[in-house]
Amino acid sequence: MLYSKSVIELSKMLEEKRISSVEIAESYISRIEKYNKEINAYITFNPEQLLKDAAESDQRRSSGKTKSSFDGIPVAVKDNISTAGIRTTCGSKILENFIPPYNAAVYQKLCDNGFLLLGKTNMDEFAMGSTNESSFFGPVKNPHDFSCVPGGSSGGSAAAVSAMMAPAALGSDTGGSIRQPASFCGVVGMKPTYGKVSRFGLVAYASSLDQIGPITSTVDDAAAMLEIISGKDGRDSTSMHSENDFSPAELDGNIKGMKLGVSEEYFRGADEETASIIRKTIDKLKNLGAEIVEISMKMNDYAIPVYYLIATAEASSNLGRYDGIKYGYHSPAAGKLSDLYKLTRNEGFGNEVKRRIMLGTFALSSGYYDAYYVKALKCRTLIVEDFKNAFKNVDAIISPVSPVPAFKAGEKINDPLQMYLLDILTISANLAAIPGISVPAGKTGSGLPVGIQIMGNHFEEKKILNIAKAVEAVSEKISVDF
Amino acid sequence: MAIDRKTIERTAELANLHLTENEKIEYEKQLNDILNYVEKIREVDTSAVKATDYIEEIKNVFREDVILESINRDEIEKIAPEFRNGHITVPKIIE
Repeated sequence: MLYSKSVIELSKMLEEKRISSVEIAESYISRIEKYNKEINAYITFNPEQLLKDAAESDQRRSSGKTKSSFDGIPVAVKDNISTAGIRTTCGSKILENFIPPYNAAVYQKLCDNGFLLLGKTNMDEFAMGSTNESSFFGPVKNPHDFSCVPGGSSGGSAAAVSAMMAPAALGSDTGGSIRQPASFCGVVGMKPTYGKVSRFGLVAYASSLDQIGPITSTVDDAAAMLEIISGKDGRDSTSMHSENDFSPAELDGNIKGMKLGVSEEYFRGADEETASIIRKTIDKLKNLGAEIVEISMKMNDYAIPVYYLIATAEASSNLGRYDGIKYGYHSPAAGKLSDLYKLTRNEGFGNEVKRRIMLGTFALSSGYYDAYYVKALKCRTLIVEDFKNAFKNVDAIISPVSPVPAFKAGEKINDPLQMYLLDILTISANLAAIPGISVPAGKTGSGLPVGIQIMGNHFEEKKILNIAKAVEAVSEKISVDF
Repeated sequence: MAIDRKTIERTAELANLHLTENEKIEYEKQLNDILNYVEKIREVDTSAVKATDYIEEIKNVFREDVILESINRDEIEKIAPEFRNGHITVPKIIE
């Protein structure tokens, strides 16, 4: 079936003229029509437009005018990435009917390469959440067990790739929002180095942490997608130029002699099955010739407080722009201007978003600023130093992605602190601005996927992709049974 | 550090949120739980540590000041909730 192919396989088949873009589109459309009702991975899906775009791509190909070898492949895009003329909701009531006037840099790059938009994927509201239960458009289900959460906040993107309702998707990762759902859904998810990919057109959550990256079914696809979306962009002053030396031909999965750091701190609190799958995978990497080096990440205990203070402070400032005036939801009840702000925001934002705005506003408010926000920034410096020291001795750091596999929907939604604690293994990469990738490493007894995380130094995407490739080669292939 | 009802109300005012009574009760409890937990950063000695501003090495980049196209007014009209005579409108602010 075409919907089970990887991006690179589809590209090859298109190049050899064995299939058409319309055939690929039809294959995904019927798949989505069959399963999206249950899984709810897509917020916006327009099959007529997709078929039109696919027919145009076929036209380009038959007249020798393809934009790239990927021309005609449809991909899913998280709904916080702006698509001109196509609704971009951020999973929120406040942007329920927002149609952006311009394209995000990453989406423009996809278009320039001939990729087609398969749909906009569901997500936790404003990317705030680890389960996809905070979406205004309803929760997403985990394709491996419909009673479980898919992870978040890019849960729609991960579930779409996992259920073969998309060959690849873009997500965004502020504290693990690509890697954790990738782990829960048994797919590959990569958060690049901060600055590798332009954030222009990404709806901001926490600007010093946000980064866009690919969610795919194979490591080669992740590398190919990353190569396309990365690069310096004058409209995002934090974006940087860096080498893309990881084309699939460059990745051989050879990790002989590589030093892989393993920290016991990262296994503290991990459930037994998860820990055992990760340790077995580490043993396999050792057998492939990697040297396992014990390291200590002593600041890890403070990562959650630091993250939740910095992320919410930035969010409270970023989300100040939703005032009911320029765009988005507008409370019909307001008479005075100050009421318009307050009612629009209270009616337009969901519970988790308001909680984080409240926490961030508090941390930045007079009297508490130094004790919480500035203190967190100082601790962040120490977390960065922890990583700098570690990378003096190792090539990459290996850990679980999440201390637990996917859990039941509804289980943790009423206890925000318990939910935040689950982000312990992914948030540090955002705080230190380093790249991290989640690769499927195995399954629990009840059939839930478990991902392994590989973190590397700034702009060392090639190294971690190569290790990911080695993991992929020694791990069982995880796919849904429908 | 405990957050009381007054702090919740002051913070909501700063955040421009018109919280309901139930939300005030809920957030007072939850923010206290969260703050109790984040208190642990006080254990860390940061007396000789600089606050992070930017992590990677960056340098200032200059460019020519060039005029580029911006969003057209009719595009803004399409997305603004209230728009009249070429302007975004807001409720009256001067009596």
